Amino acid sequence: MFVFVGGRLPKLFGSEIMKKYALILSLWWGMIFSQDALQGLIQYQDNNNIYPLVGANVFWQNTTVGTTTNRNGFFLLERVPSTNILIISYLGFKTDTLKTESSFISHQMVQSPKDELKEVILNQRKKPLQKSFIETQNILKVSSEELLKAACCNLSESFETNPAIDVNFADALTGTKQIKMLGLSSPYLLISEENIPMVRGASQAYGLSFTPGTWVESIQISKGAGSVTNGFESIAGQINTELKKPLTDDPFFLNLFASANGRYEMNTHFNRKINDRLSTGLLVHGNKRTQKFDNNKDRFLDLPVSEQINLMNRWQYIDSEKGWISFLSWKYMNDEKTLGMEDFNPEKDRGDKQSWGSQINTSRWDTSLKLGYVSPEIPYQSFGFQTAYSNHDQNSYFGLRSYTIEHQSFYTHLLFNSIIGNTLNKFKLGMNYSHDDYDEWVDGTNFKRKDINLGGYFEFSYNNNDNFSWIGGIRVDFHNNFGTFVTPRIHLRYVPIEKFVIRLSAGSGRKAAHIFAENQTLFATNRNINIQSSGGKIYGLNPERAWNYGLGVSKSFYLGAANQFNLSADYYITNFENQVVVDWEIEREISFYNLDGKSAAKSFQLELNYDYRNFLNFRAAYKNYDVKTDYKSAFSQKPLLAKNRFFANLGLETKISPTSRQWRWDITFHHVGTQRLVQTQRDEINSFSPAFSLWNSQLTWVISKKFEIYLGGENIGDYQQSAPIIGSNDPFGADFDAAQVYAPVFGAMVYSGLRLKI
Amino acid sequence: MKKILIILLALPLGMVAQEKQKKIMKAQFTVKGNCEVCEKRIEKAALSIKGVKSADWDIPSNQINLIYDPNKVSLETLHTSIAEKGHDTSEARSKDEDYDKLPKCCQYVREEL
Repeated sequence: MFVFVGGRLPKLFGSEIMKKYALILSLWWGMIFSQDALQGLIQYQDNNNIYPLVGANVFWQNTTVGTTTNRNGFFLLERVPSTNILIISYLGFKTDTLKTESSFISHQMVQSPKDELKEVILNQRKKPLQKSFIETQNILKVSSEELLKAACCNLSESFETNPAIDVNFADALTGTKQIKMLGLSSPYLLISEENIPMVRGASQAYGLSFTPGTWVESIQISKGAGSVTNGFESIAGQINTELKKPLTDDPFFLNLFASANGRYEMNTHFNRKINDRLSTGLLVHGNKRTQKFDNNKDRFLDLPVSEQINLMNRWQYIDSEKGWISFLSWKYMNDEKTLGMEDFNPEKDRGDKQSWGSQINTSRWDTSLKLGYVSPEIPYQSFGFQTAYSNHDQNSYFGLRSYTIEHQSFYTHLLFNSIIGNTLNKFKLGMNYSHDDYDEWVDGTNFKRKDINLGGYFEFSYNNNDNFSWIGGIRVDFHNNFGTFVTPRIHLRYVPIEKFVIRLSAGSGRKAAHIFAENQTLFATNRNINIQSSGGKIYGLNPERAWNYGLGVSKSFYLGAANQFNLSADYYITNFENQVVVDWEIEREISFYNLDGKSAAKSFQLELNYDYRNFLNFRAAYKNYDVKTDYKSAFSQKPLLAKNRFFANLGLETKISPTSRQWRWDITFHHVGTQRLVQTQRDEINSFSPAFSLWNSQLTWVISKKFEIYLGGENIGDYQQSAPIIGSNDPFGADFDAAQVYAPVFGAMVYSGLRLKI
Repeated sequence: MKKILIILLALPLGMVAQEKQKKIMKAQFTVKGNCEVCEKRIEKAALSIKGVKSADWDIPSNQINLIYDPNKVSLETLHTSIAEKGHDTSEARSKDEDYDKLPKCCQYVREEL
């Protein structure tokens, strides 16, 4: 039988409150705000009527992040990476603890008999490194907790405990770390900050070191084809970083760091909630190294003398009733490095052959605005808009070589999310426009270029909310230098049996090769630069084009209640249809030319994760890279890329004491197999580097909720490449080459730091 | 009888569409269930009804939030269709045989007739 609850309904409808109820919205921020928010309605029942509960406390478990419901019982709360357990409390009501997985909750509180007010404490914690079972794409989520394990200090160094990404050493001089995924270096990844493409063009070489580690809230790493929403540039995968949000970050945060290799860092965050809707944050970072080290006695500094200042101010606006959210941010960064010979004096020795030295000075401005709107009436529809401008200016010289690049970039993205039929079928429709202006000087030769692109995309996703989902995306771009082209990408997820996921992906991508910006290590050599033009518009070269195909399986299982395992394997192939080959094979020369023949990167990874309750986490991974290219000389494995790598990480933590004390310890092991070396004065043709192992470890003592100190060691096995710089005794001779680096240049290093949160 | 409450929210799509039959309506009512398995079942049941745009069921409160097109489906059908899958709603009771077919974890405590 079906009976309407007569009588009461019309009355409810007419009331003012009910009109406000109509503003129930669940938020689908979509890609624009991947760190989404939770919206909810808290009510209570009295005499068969439902009323909004005004002023109830709503907060994330074990955090200070919370809010109160407004006069209609609504709240909007930014999600935090650490938990999805929400606690709702109000005097006179039973405190409720909810697991929140959707973007909207509606909850009724129950009045408690007197004196029954006690807090519910649940002991559940999100894992620091999360492989999602629900996502269609192969995405690894790295939380801020995981980032704390990394010794130091910026984004390029935050992947050391992560099996998906390999960290390499760019050269023997700049101390720069370079990341690789699926055997391909970072230019083949789309690296974005809050979904705005960031490390690209001019910032390829050092860009990752321009984001301080403490600013990062979480990182999402997606392997393979990726989504079409952020452009066509990703080939091997996408890395997106979410920065700390003023609303959810600590009001005050201080981090101090010092290392035995003379590096000092300071990070401070100030955050303020101005009113219910508006909050702001100021983040300040500075680092400095003044000490000079030449432990390997080759007369060259093992690490540069450097100084960086980095500022960010952001504003966050949320209007939960009207469904608006907005971010406005600006950043300024200035980085100065001096490297080269120990006795090099920039004022005196620049431009002559007395002493080899180099200075790299970079300054950068970034501003961005994001706006999101979720229709209060139709919660499954949303709009997003983002726009960003950046100016990147690098002035540098390396011995007698000089390199400057100025890159101005304007980017804008408009996005619409909705459904077809019902919420199992969602789509995204959007447009991106980008304008990049490059002005480069390489040893006195000027290269100028404008890249203008307008693209539109449609991405459809189906999810049966159970064991099958797929995402298909297609985009069409109109590019002044690439022409008009189509980029399709598809992802499939199928769960045939419980806790067993199969994923398939395929897609294409293309990019312009910024041959100098991406290969700045070449300036640390005296090799002749040889560009073999194929009549293209980018340094005479044609854009790179590739297809990526991936297959992944993952199985989770328990042994007893306390032992949780996850075993996963994936295999990816990147097939280049066109590539700008960087050829180091010929002595005293570096050549760039378009691919003539085959080039493919095949990567296999086997990974085991083991958790014992919340106290122990162990992960191990074996990786095999088969990255071969048709060079002019031969079809061979990419140089300085280990075919085999092994990784293991063990983390232990004690139970948090009632006074919030805790010890955390972790140790990381990397085994790097032999790497092919190119023919030089030092290395014979077809020679290989020795295999080696690296150990890192860190111990953290949490003294209270507000204060913790940490002590760690990097490369504690003290493995060093013996002669990293070729021709160091004749730095102006033709054989000088500091780019042939396969292992750490600096040996064991101890560091210590503190974190203060108020 | 028992405590029943239906919150029904209706809104015109835009400012203009006042006269016409509304294209989108919201409904909230109780659907009985226990766990995450039920959540999947109930949401799936709701979304398989033609005209239902979105469905969100909450475990602790047993409330379902629906958005649907009233031109395609009536509120009565929503109740009866969900009940057909074995989950009692505030307005419609499942047949005993449908209730018995529920997975073990979903066999909620039924109110006696």
